Amino acid sequence: MTFHSFLIKYGEIGIKGKNRYLFEDALVRQMRHALKDVDGEFNVHKAQGRVYVDCEGEYDYEETVESLKRVFGIVGICPVVKLEDQGFEQLKKDVVAYVDEMYPDKNQTFKVEARRSRKNYPLNSMEMNCDLGEVLLETFPELKVDVHKPDLMIHVEVRDHFIYLYSEIIPGAGGMPVGTNGKAMLLLSGGIDSPVAGYMVSKRGVGLEATYFHAPPYTSERAKEKVVDLARLVSKYSGPIKLNIVNFTDIQLYIYEKCPHEELTIIMRRYMMMIAEHFAKESGCLGLITGESIGQVASQTMQSLAATNEVCTLPVYRPLIGFDKQEIVDVALKIDTYETSILPFEDCCTIFVAKHPVTKPNIERIKKSETHLQEKIDELFDEAIQSVETMIVK
Amino acid sequence: MEVYLDNSATTKCYPEVAETVTKIMCEDYGNPSSMHKKGLDAEHVVRDAKETFSKLLKVGEKTLFFTSGGTESDNLALIGCARANKRRGNHLITTQIEHDAVINTMRYLEEEEGFRVTYLPVDENGRVKLDALKEALRQDTILVSIMYVNNEVGSVQPIQEAVQIVKNFNRNILFHSDAVQGFGKYRIYPKRMGIDLLSVSSHKIHGPKGVGLLYVGENVKITPIAYGGGQQKNVRSGTENVPGIAGMAAAASLIYQDLEEHTEKLRSLKARFIEGVQTIEATKVHGITDERSAPHIISVGFSGIRSEVLLHSLEEKGVYVSSGSACASNHPAISGVLKGMGVRQEFLDSTLRFSLSEFTTQEEIDYTLETLYNCVPMLRKYTRR
Repeated sequence: MTFHSFLIKYGEIGIKGKNRYLFEDALVRQMRHALKDVDGEFNVHKAQGRVYVDCEGEYDYEETVESLKRVFGIVGICPVVKLEDQGFEQLKKDVVAYVDEMYPDKNQTFKVEARRSRKNYPLNSMEMNCDLGEVLLETFPELKVDVHKPDLMIHVEVRDHFIYLYSEIIPGAGGMPVGTNGKAMLLLSGGIDSPVAGYMVSKRGVGLEATYFHAPPYTSERAKEKVVDLARLVSKYSGPIKLNIVNFTDIQLYIYEKCPHEELTIIMRRYMMMIAEHFAKESGCLGLITGESIGQVASQTMQSLAATNEVCTLPVYRPLIGFDKQEIVDVALKIDTYETSILPFEDCCTIFVAKHPVTKPNIERIKKSETHLQEKIDELFDEAIQSVETMIVK
Repeated sequence: MEVYLDNSATTKCYPEVAETVTKIMCEDYGNPSSMHKKGLDAEHVVRDAKETFSKLLKVGEKTLFFTSGGTESDNLALIGCARANKRRGNHLITTQIEHDAVINTMRYLEEEEGFRVTYLPVDENGRVKLDALKEALRQDTILVSIMYVNNEVGSVQPIQEAVQIVKNFNRNILFHSDAVQGFGKYRIYPKRMGIDLLSVSSHKIHGPKGVGLLYVGENVKITPIAYGGGQQKNVRSGTENVPGIAGMAAAASLIYQDLEEHTEKLRSLKARFIEGVQTIEATKVHGITDERSAPHIISVGFSGIRSEVLLHSLEEKGVYVSSGSACASNHPAISGVLKGMGVRQEFLDSTLRFSLSEFTTQEEIDYTLETLYNCVPMLRKYTRR
C-alpha cells in the first residue's frame, strides 16, 4: 500500500484556546525539522484544524514514520491514501480494494466514518457511511459492523480535490511541541537516569541545554564522548542541545583535601548545581533538570536532595523522582539511550566516593564543612566556569 | 611534546610503506585473479611480497598465506588445523597468557566443537612452565599453541625448548606460535625451529592495518574457515588485499634491514627507562628485563594509582601508553597475565605498559620519566581513602 500523506493527531494542543496557533506552529516547525534529513519531499501544513504531511513523489515510509514518532506533541500518525474524486461508484471500489489490501484477516468488526469538508458532495456523511458499509459487508461476508467499539475505523474524508482514506493510527510520542515551554538546564552525566530525565521534561515542550562535569585525568576522553553521544540521542527528541562541558577536577580535589570524606559527594553535588545554575541563568533557562530518584543512592535520599537543592534559586525539576530503577531503564530502552549509558567509563561522581558516604546529611554541618573551602573555592569556581567547552549537539 | 609509547598496540606506518600502498591502490589496482594484464600486475605484487617473506622466514613461498591480520591468522591456524586433524585426536594445548585471538578461539573450540583444551601456567617471569607442558601432552593431543612474545609484559617464550618437548613426544603434533609481537624484533625461522604454523601482523611492524600472514608448514593439514572464490590454494578465499600485502612486505623488509642495530638501541632505551622508573617509590617492573624479554615492552606497576588515571595524566602531557594490553582494555578486567605471574594485588589494577619502537628517542624516554616523576607523587596524594 502506498500512502501519500500522513494525518497528524495531536491531543493536548487542541485544548489550548486562543494560544492554539502557537502550539500548532511549533508542532509544524518541529515536524519540518524532524523530516529535514529524511529521503523525500515533504509538505507539512495546517488545514482545517489539522496538520498534514504530504509526501510528493518517492519517500522512505519507515524512516518518515520513525522520525515523526520522535516529535513531541504528536499523539497519532495516520498514513493516508489519497484518491482522486471519480464519482461515488469508483470510491466504493477503492474503499473495498483498500480494506482488502490492508486487512487480509477479515474476521473483524468495523465502522465507516465519513466526513465532508466539501459540502456539495452528492451524498451526505450518513449516506456515505451506510452505502460504503453496505458494499464492504457484501464483498467481505466475514466483516461485521460495530458502531461503538470497532476493530477497524475506516475514515473517508471528502476534501476539495481529493478523497482521503485512512484507518491506522500509529502512536506518537505524545507531550507538547518543543519550544512552547521555554528551556531548562539538564545536569547530564554518563548514567542511565539523566538522559531519561531530559527526555521527560523535553516531552512537555521544554527546550534543553545540558551541563556535563568531567575530571581529567580521572575520567577519560571516551567518557566525554559518551556523554556527547547521549546528548545526541536525546536531541533526536528535544531538538539541538547546547552542551556545556566543565572541568571539575580542581574543585573535586580541593573538596577531597579539605572536607570530611563521607561528605565529599554531597558537597561536590552542591557545587555542580551552582555551576549548572550559573550557565542556566546566563542563557535564560527557567529551571534545572536532574535524574534523581528518591533513595536510589546515598546522594539521593530526601536529606541529600534537600542539601543539594538548597544552593539553587531556580526550580529543580526531577521528573524521575518517583520512578524505580526498572521503570527508568524501560524508558531508556525506549528512547535508545540505555546501550550507550551502560558503557563502562568512570564518571566523576564515583571516583573518590567514600565507602560509607553520609546518607542523612545535615545542611548546617555541610555548610560548616564548606567553610574549610573558603580560601580557594571562589577562584576555583571561576576557573571551572572559564574552563567550559561549549558545543551544539544535534 | 608527543611521545607514542604504545607500539605494541599499533605502530606508525613507515612513510615509504604508505607510498607503496598508495601507488598500488591508484595504479596497480587490478584483481590478481583477473585474466588481463592489470590482474597479472597485481599478481606480481603478491608474488613479490611472498618472495620477501619467504626470504625473511626462510620458508617456501607455497607455505605463506595472507590474511586480514593477526586475529584471522590465529583463527585460521587453530580452527583450520583442529578441524582438519580431528580424526587424530581432540586435545589442544595453549598457555594462560595468550592474546585474546588465541584464548577466545580455543574457548570456542572447547565450547562449540567439543575439543579439550589445556591452558598452561606461567612462572613469575611470565614464561610458560615447560614441566607443565610435558605433563599436559597426551596421546590424543593434536596441536600446541604458544606465543612468541607476550604482548603485555614482553616475556619471550622458550619456543625452541617447547617445540622439542612436543616433537619428542609425538612429531605429528602441530606447533603454532602467535608471533605478532615477536616478528620484526627477532629473526624467526619457523621451519628450522620445527614450528608448523606462525602468525604475523602487519600493523605492529610499521605496516598498514588489516593485513597479516600465516605460515603453514608443507605437510600441515588445514581446512579453510571461510568459503569463497578459492584464492590462495583454497585455504583463504577472498580477493587478496594487494596494497596491504605489498605494504606489509615493504615494512618487513625495512624493519629487518638494520634489525640488530635497532634492537640494541631499543635495549638501551629500555634499560634507561627501567633505571629511571625504578627510582620512583613503590614501583615494580614486572617480569624479567634481560635478553629473555622483548626489547620493546616494559610493564610497570605503580602502587596506589589506578592505571587508567595515570594513563590519562600522561596523555595530558602528550605521552601515550596503555593499561595492560590495549586490545583488551575496553573491558576493565584485570590482566590474566599479571595474575598468572603471581603479581601482587596492589599492582594488578595499577600497571601500565610502555612499548617502544625504532622511532623512540632518548629525549622521549627522558621526557616520559620526567612526566612520571611529576604525575605519580601528585596522583598518590589523592588516592581513594
